[in-house]
Amino acid sequence: MKTKQNVVIKGTKDGLTLHLDDKCAYDELLQELKEKMDAVNGQEHGSVLTVTVQAGNRYLLDEETEEIKKIINQREHLAVESVKSNVMTMEEAIRWKEESEIVSYTGRIRSGQILEVPGDLLLIGDVNPGGTVKAGRNIFIMGALKGMAHAGCYGDEAAVIAASRMMPSQLRISHYFNRAPDRYEEEDCYETECAYIDDSNQIVVDRLQVLKHLRPGISTFKGGKHSG
Amino acid sequence: MGEAIVITSGKGGVGKTTTTANLGTALALQEKKVCLVDTDIGLRNLDVVMGLENRIIYDLVDVIEGRCKTHQALVKDKRFNDLLYLLPAAQTTDKSAVQPEQLKKLMEELKQEFDYILIDCPAGIEQGYKNAVAGANKAIVVTTPEKSSVRDADRVIGLLEKEEGMESPKLIINRIRNHMMQQGDMLDVDEVAAHLSIELLGIVVDDDEVIKSSHNGEPVAHNPNNRASIAYRNIARRILGESVPLQQLDDIKEGFFTRFKKFFGVRSK
Repeated sequence: MKTKQNVVIKGTKDGLTLHLDDKCAYDELLQELKEKMDAVNGQEHGSVLTVTVQAGNRYLLDEETEEIKKIINQREHLAVESVKSNVMTMEEAIRWKEESEIVSYTGRIRSGQILEVPGDLLLIGDVNPGGTVKAGRNIFIMGALKGMAHAGCYGDEAAVIAASRMMPSQLRISHYFNRAPDRYEEEDCYETECAYIDDSNQIVVDRLQVLKHLRPGISTFKGGKHSG
Repeated sequence: MGEAIVITSGKGGVGKTTTTANLGTALALQEKKVCLVDTDIGLRNLDVVMGLENRIIYDLVDVIEGRCKTHQALVKDKRFNDLLYLLPAAQTTDKSAVQPEQLKKLMEELKQEFDYILIDCPAGIEQGYKNAVAGANKAIVVTTPEKSSVRDADRVIGLLEKEEGMESPKLIINRIRNHMMQQGDMLDVDEVAAHLSIELLGIVVDDDEVIKSSHNGEPVAHNPNNRASIAYRNIARRILGESVPLQQLDDIKEGFFTRFKKFFGVRSK
């Protein structure tokens, strides 16, 4: 009979970790998981244990992930916190890469034109009135923003918009939006500013320097040199 | 081999047809062989501005559908000796009667014979615009110093920049009213040029004579003394590659007395 276990349960201070073998057939794995869970069913602990599932180098489809979660969550005292896997599909990897990189574009976004990127956008040029820039994450404009900018357009509320000359017709972050004043005073707009969602869910425009404290996550500085 | 220049604006009523008629006239005055093509099918009026309406026998659609030879449809401007021709638009059909490829073929044919082909584009950015742009290798965008017109010009420039085989478009600011610009009631030349950030080909002041001459079917560019006419002639010279300074708006219609005051450093405005 088989000696190797396909499901190994380990206890940690945070709860249980289930290591799933990544070589065996999925059906076998599921079968063994059910048996193991039936076995632990008898042992009542009283309090709920959180479970982390480690799938190793096995790629789990969304349905499979749900199936595994369901089997474990059926036990009254167990709750799945996360299902982790070392692998992802090419598609997911590309999307992840796109969403986490800065795309730069040099040029002017004219009326009626839309520039959209999945991650951060660095625009070297102006956005004219009637033009639109959209990004899955942050938007940085080295130039005048006179059109519309939509940061976090897939729902990221932590996204920010920064521009050398902030005089937009409209700003949008996630699903919040904010209209420009009907008139700009020319001298108001000579400093680089940023826009973000504040605690009261309003888009506010502020000095660029506040970003360091409000959105420390924007900084992705690794390697390189920052001495002195 | 000639050049085909499309004259467009996006917005209607900014002076595309007037500009086409006057630039054609001004280029012909410089001894260039010019053909004006009206692509505003269904709403033709370049022929009216040129005063050639009653000589039309065939039109653009007749040429494209093969009902006549190209040279049969060309209307000669008698004021010039074999230099200026007009290919009029059809009045009875609409803009879907022609396809961009057909216009392109026609322009290639005309380029063999003419130095300059000026294509008068209809307003809008739909079929008629696409037809007009298809055969052109250069573009002139006409705008007035009004926000709405500048916004549409911006849109059209964006589209033109994506067009294959098209040189970067050039700008004409039309209908300039100097006193309104100075009072800040209108965008000024620098603001418009900075906003659109393309090469400025020329500025034309708003002058009653332009309307009057269109009414009479004789483009203002024939008149050697009018300030709008001089502006058109300057633009024609710039198209030919000459370097001509922009008209100084303050100098236009400046009387002796204001010049006198300026001399002594007293500002008159």
